Amino acid sequence: MAKEVSPGVLALRKVVEDVYADAREAKKQGKLVGWSSSKFPCELAAAFDLDVMYPENQAAGIAANRDGEIMCQAAEDLGFDNDICGYARISLAYAAGKRASRKFDPETLEYVINPASGRPLKDENGKVVMGEDGKPVKDPKTMQPYTVLDDIHEIEALPETTEKEIAYKNFRREAIKPYRQMRIPQPDFVLCCNNICNCMTKWYENIARMCNVPLIMIDIPYNNTVEVHDTNVAYVRAQFDHAIKQLEELTGKKFDEKKFEEACKNANRTASAWLRVCDYLQYKPAPYSGFDLFNHMADVVTARGRVQAAEAFEQLEKDLAEAVKVGKTTTPFPEQYRVMFEGIPCWPKLPNLFKPLKEHGVNVTAVVYAPAFGFVYNNMDEMVRAYYKAPNSVCIEQGVSWREGICKDNKVDGVLVHYNRSCKPWSGYMAEMQRRFTADLGIPCAGFDGDQADPRNFNEAQYETRVQGLVEAMEANAEKKEG
Amino acid sequence: MSIYTLGIDIGSTASKCIMLADGKEIVAKSLIAVGAGTSGPQRAIDQVLQEAGKTREEMAFILATGYGRNSLEEFADDQMSELSCHGKGAGFLFPEVRTVIDIGGQDVKVMRVENGVMTNFQMNDKCAAGTGRFLDVMARVLEVDVENLGSLGAQSTKYVGISSTCTVFAESEVISQLSMGTDKRDIINGIHQSVASRVAGLAHRIGVQDQVVMTGGVAQNTGVVNALQEALGREIHTSPLTQYNGALGAALFAYQKYQKAQK
Repeated sequence: MAKEVSPGVLALRKVVEDVYADAREAKKQGKLVGWSSSKFPCELAAAFDLDVMYPENQAAGIAANRDGEIMCQAAEDLGFDNDICGYARISLAYAAGKRASRKFDPETLEYVINPASGRPLKDENGKVVMGEDGKPVKDPKTMQPYTVLDDIHEIEALPETTEKEIAYKNFRREAIKPYRQMRIPQPDFVLCCNNICNCMTKWYENIARMCNVPLIMIDIPYNNTVEVHDTNVAYVRAQFDHAIKQLEELTGKKFDEKKFEEACKNANRTASAWLRVCDYLQYKPAPYSGFDLFNHMADVVTARGRVQAAEAFEQLEKDLAEAVKVGKTTTPFPEQYRVMFEGIPCWPKLPNLFKPLKEHGVNVTAVVYAPAFGFVYNNMDEMVRAYYKAPNSVCIEQGVSWREGICKDNKVDGVLVHYNRSCKPWSGYMAEMQRRFTADLGIPCAGFDGDQADPRNFNEAQYETRVQGLVEAMEANAEKKEG
Repeated sequence: MSIYTLGIDIGSTASKCIMLADGKEIVAKSLIAVGAGTSGPQRAIDQVLQEAGKTREEMAFILATGYGRNSLEEFADDQMSELSCHGKGAGFLFPEVRTVIDIGGQDVKVMRVENGVMTNFQMNDKCAAGTGRFLDVMARVLEVDVENLGSLGAQSTKYVGISSTCTVFAESEVISQLSMGTDKRDIINGIHQSVASRVAGLAHRIGVQDQVVMTGGVAQNTGVVNALQEALGREIHTSPLTQYNGALGAALFAYQKYQKAQK
């Protein structure tokens, strides 16, 4: 039976689909389309009616579609080191024109199906059909061609003299994987704010150079104190003003105050609704899982300045209120333990991440994205302060306070920490954070090695042992508390 | 009549079994020097049953642990992580234990234990530096038996620094030291200190509290134990049953689970 999807979730999905579709349409019409880091002030671009794509969201999608490895390798072939963030590698490969594509026979123009792909075929009773070799038969409808790497610049340089050449060129264009993240338009400008991560600076400089497009940069230094001092605000505020000037030059338009205010209003409304949705994880049992929140992040990143995003989160809030009332949850197992999942998930390995959690009844009821993206402000200076606070630009005291706050509010029994090979700044201070969580909250923590986009950095057996160890420690902790 | 429980620890490099009577007396034990995915687990089970003169049916509860624990789904009654089992085993051997350091074939674990129960832990990352595999690789390069590393390292007279960041880098450092004519015993001592430094870093993350007990095959290497004592500034306790510690914990949990099921 198909999983029931609430109206709010459907609305959120549509919002993101529209963001991508609008950008593709804008490009078709010859309008400028930019690429932006996830916590660049989108309100500024909105004031100029600019369509913007988000490489972090795109890379997460590519990784979840299992094409992270081929794109990371493509970036490594271009000379980018394996140690660089997986999102950055995917994005840089994409910016260079590399695409994950479906293998086909150039003579017949037919896809070459990978026999190892596809899901098992099931009979009318839902039983897996077994072949003569004793192995499950694959459902031909779910089988996919082999994945190969292609290059849009190579494709565009192909001749179009004969019919055969034209057909081949068109087929090669079509063979590029059809999901939306593999089909975003190339950038006409890039917007970078390094509050989310310092790697952004070089990442976007490289895109700008590769694609020969302007870079609008907002530098937000790491903040050593919990408070954002006035001098810091002045430094960033001046950059906001400069970015507006650059955008005026780029678009040939004047900064539209009304549109800016409208975007700010929407962004605030989205953030407030997002926070209220996040708060539903405080219910015991929770009406949904933190893994769902990871999916809804796409809306906060790509569309927080759109009224539709605010409306969709408000709809989801209503759905959740109803779910709590009738005792429904989207978590497909009874909730025995509640944990905070620290860090970005391993997108290429989501089913593997989820499996042992499901087996042990562990629900993710806290993720740091809630406070990290739930910023609300009333004026430009407050907006600067809000953008000053991203997971990798705040000091450890602020980071611990955010996390311990949601651990307490959302009543977690333990913490599962993803030591993300792609994100050294985030993972670097996790050892100290783990120590503080245990000391301050009296809960066990377990760390595992992984990567947000590159599946080569994740080991399932290691992960499962750590999850089981965490569950056993949570069980011991609970027994101790019960006396 | 006694209640017999069996603990099976299928590690990456060895399979170990312990049979207990009434959750306190060791009746038989077995160790086969190959682990998950080999004939080791079955041979270890056959051997322990034979040594005790018992059959599978006479076991009140069988609990599997270690990386290969899931491969015994049909044979064992339940499975638990090696983290809890090492904590449990160490608590049985050393009732005052608060910190357990287990260096296994492919991982390093540091566990906080309270009243014999594991309450928190830290494990190594993906890198094999500091694990039993690290010592195997070094012993092969040095052309010595891994069992002799402890006694050879004890004869060292000069400090030789070996990197603790990566097995492959450390291996090339060892080769370069050998080509310079450095005494093998000094290199071995350097390797032990390298392992100790790596493991101490992990232990400090969770906070080291007395009593500290070291388990796993590497605990038989006195060179590593001494170097780790020095690095942590604390006495480290080991047991002759060190390699069986995970299986012992599994057999103890098996007895506990049997008793719970009877209630």
